Amino acid sequence: MGALTLKAVTKSFGSVDVIKGVDLTVQDGEFCVFVGPSGCGKSTLLRIIAGLEDATAGEVAINGRRVNEVAPAKREIAMVFQSYALYPHLTVRDNMGLALKQAGVARAEITASVDRAAEMLALGPLLDRRPAELSGGQRQRVAIGRAIVRRPRLFLFDEPLSNLDAALRVATRIEIARLHRQLGATMIYVTHDQVEAMTLADRIVVLRAGKVEQVGAPMDLYKDPANIFVAGFIGSPQMNFLKAGALGMRSDTMGVRPEHLALSRDAGQIAGTVSHVEKLGGETLVYVNTPAQGLLTVRLFGEHDYAVDETAYLTPDPARAFHFDAGGLRMRQSG
Amino acid sequence: MAQARTSTGRSIAAHAVLITYTLIALFPVFVILINSFKSRKAIFAEPLALPTRETFDLIGYTTVLKQGDFFGYFQNSMIVTVASLFFVLLFGAMAAFALSEYRFRGNLLTGLYLALGIMIPIRLGTVAILELMVASGLVNTLMALILVYTAQGLPLAVFILSEFMKQVSDDLKNAGRIDGLSEYTIFFRLVLPLVRPAMATVAVFTMIPIWNDLWFPLILAPAEAVKTITLGSQVFIGQFVTNWNAVLAALSLAILPVLVLYLIFSRQLIRGITAGAVK
Repeated sequence: MGALTLKAVTKSFGSVDVIKGVDLTVQDGEFCVFVGPSGCGKSTLLRIIAGLEDATAGEVAINGRRVNEVAPAKREIAMVFQSYALYPHLTVRDNMGLALKQAGVARAEITASVDRAAEMLALGPLLDRRPAELSGGQRQRVAIGRAIVRRPRLFLFDEPLSNLDAALRVATRIEIARLHRQLGATMIYVTHDQVEAMTLADRIVVLRAGKVEQVGAPMDLYKDPANIFVAGFIGSPQMNFLKAGALGMRSDTMGVRPEHLALSRDAGQIAGTVSHVEKLGGETLVYVNTPAQGLLTVRLFGEHDYAVDETAYLTPDPARAFHFDAGGLRMRQSG
Repeated sequence: MAQARTSTGRSIAAHAVLITYTLIALFPVFVILINSFKSRKAIFAEPLALPTRETFDLIGYTTVLKQGDFFGYFQNSMIVTVASLFFVLLFGAMAAFALSEYRFRGNLLTGLYLALGIMIPIRLGTVAILELMVASGLVNTLMALILVYTAQGLPLAVFILSEFMKQVSDDLKNAGRIDGLSEYTIFFRLVLPLVRPAMATVAVFTMIPIWNDLWFPLILAPAEAVKTITLGSQVFIGQFVTNWNAVLAALSLAILPVLVLYLIFSRQLIRGITAGAVK
């Protein structure tokens, strides 16, 4: 049955089709990440699940119950927004307790729930402050706390880390992962950042232009992408795409991850010149401009000294290359 | 670098300009105030002189307070202004919320229709309005004025407020919906407090023309019991003789309530005008 089921969900704004038929089942307790470039419809899909938008066609079911006609507040969901969306006139405590108060829960019980959530997120000292008196990271923790207090069947996160700085983003990401383990709740998380998707998800749903491109565990998508889009989207730095014909292959495009390109000063399959070097300490990224294949990225582990404009040769590892046909679909070795 | 330090000179120049403008704007008010405390002869002898021991005279104020039901006029003006203001803000904000928040067929047309009133002066419809009021038996009631002023203030209110409401975060409203707040609660508790500066701006721009209006009170509610302060003051202005003491005293008194209302809104007003400019 699953915690969430989408059946042939579509959404059109006027004549523009934003969601073009999405089928998806999210299991109980699963952490499911919707990822895709901006404008792919991932946020719209989340808003349809939340009930903030109506699906044009198709069915949305939460815990086996059709909820298309159910108001957002009655769907047993909680949502965390990119802009935090805290009520500016309420204290942190009232922000967190408002949903329960609206649902008519007894005051003592609300206080207990809020205290429990506050303890989980170390929000205790902030409970009597107003949102304006909090930093960005604190506000997002309050927003997450507000979601926890409701004990929803489904947590919805809409790019919750996008407004935070890099260090806080990592810290909050770890916190969300910890909460997921602790609560065992079903979570749906929307992001355009594939690193967040890879690190948090049990299962990733890759969306493009309103359609699901591939669904799978992070490592499955990484090791076994179904098409050129998923291959390019998952993994950082991005996969290199080579014109396979020039290399004597029968496929149209060959994809090679930057770590599977061997770099040599003396000899190799593809000749080029170094155009830029990024040293990150643990790894070194070398960008090589090749006349035949354009700009290719190589990832080397450890520190390496390459000078700009130096001649370099690249050799792809054929065993770890991915092959795609002219339409961008993956060609399996067996096929 | 050096430019930043010479800002003293610039700020003196800016202040000089602003102070000059303030003096020009306040001068008529000042003249009205000082002359309202002078005897009739002194007003004509030296209009710009301050009241002295010899020329000081409260005759204007005593005339005003004795003749006619002056507090009644005040009360009428207050009731009309405050009630109209309330309805303009309430209905204007609600219409603006609907226009900015909901997608529905004819949204844009409705918005344009409502904004049309900004361009067409309501006084063009005076005859029709009078006929309407006569037919509905509202002539010589404060309700007639309140209805007309509400209609007069709504277009600008809808126009300004819908622009401001579009800026209120969608996420916030959606968070409210997920937490089970009704659309009315979202409107009154979340959106209205956030557009308070805009509300104050609209309030001030709506309030002053209503308070100062002579046209509609004269036509729709000239009876003694429902006279507003501007109409009430007219008794002292005659075709041949004008009781200047009384007129000036009445005008001085009429400034007070609107000044109080303005002070209440002005703190918000400044934020409304500069919203977006300083972020």
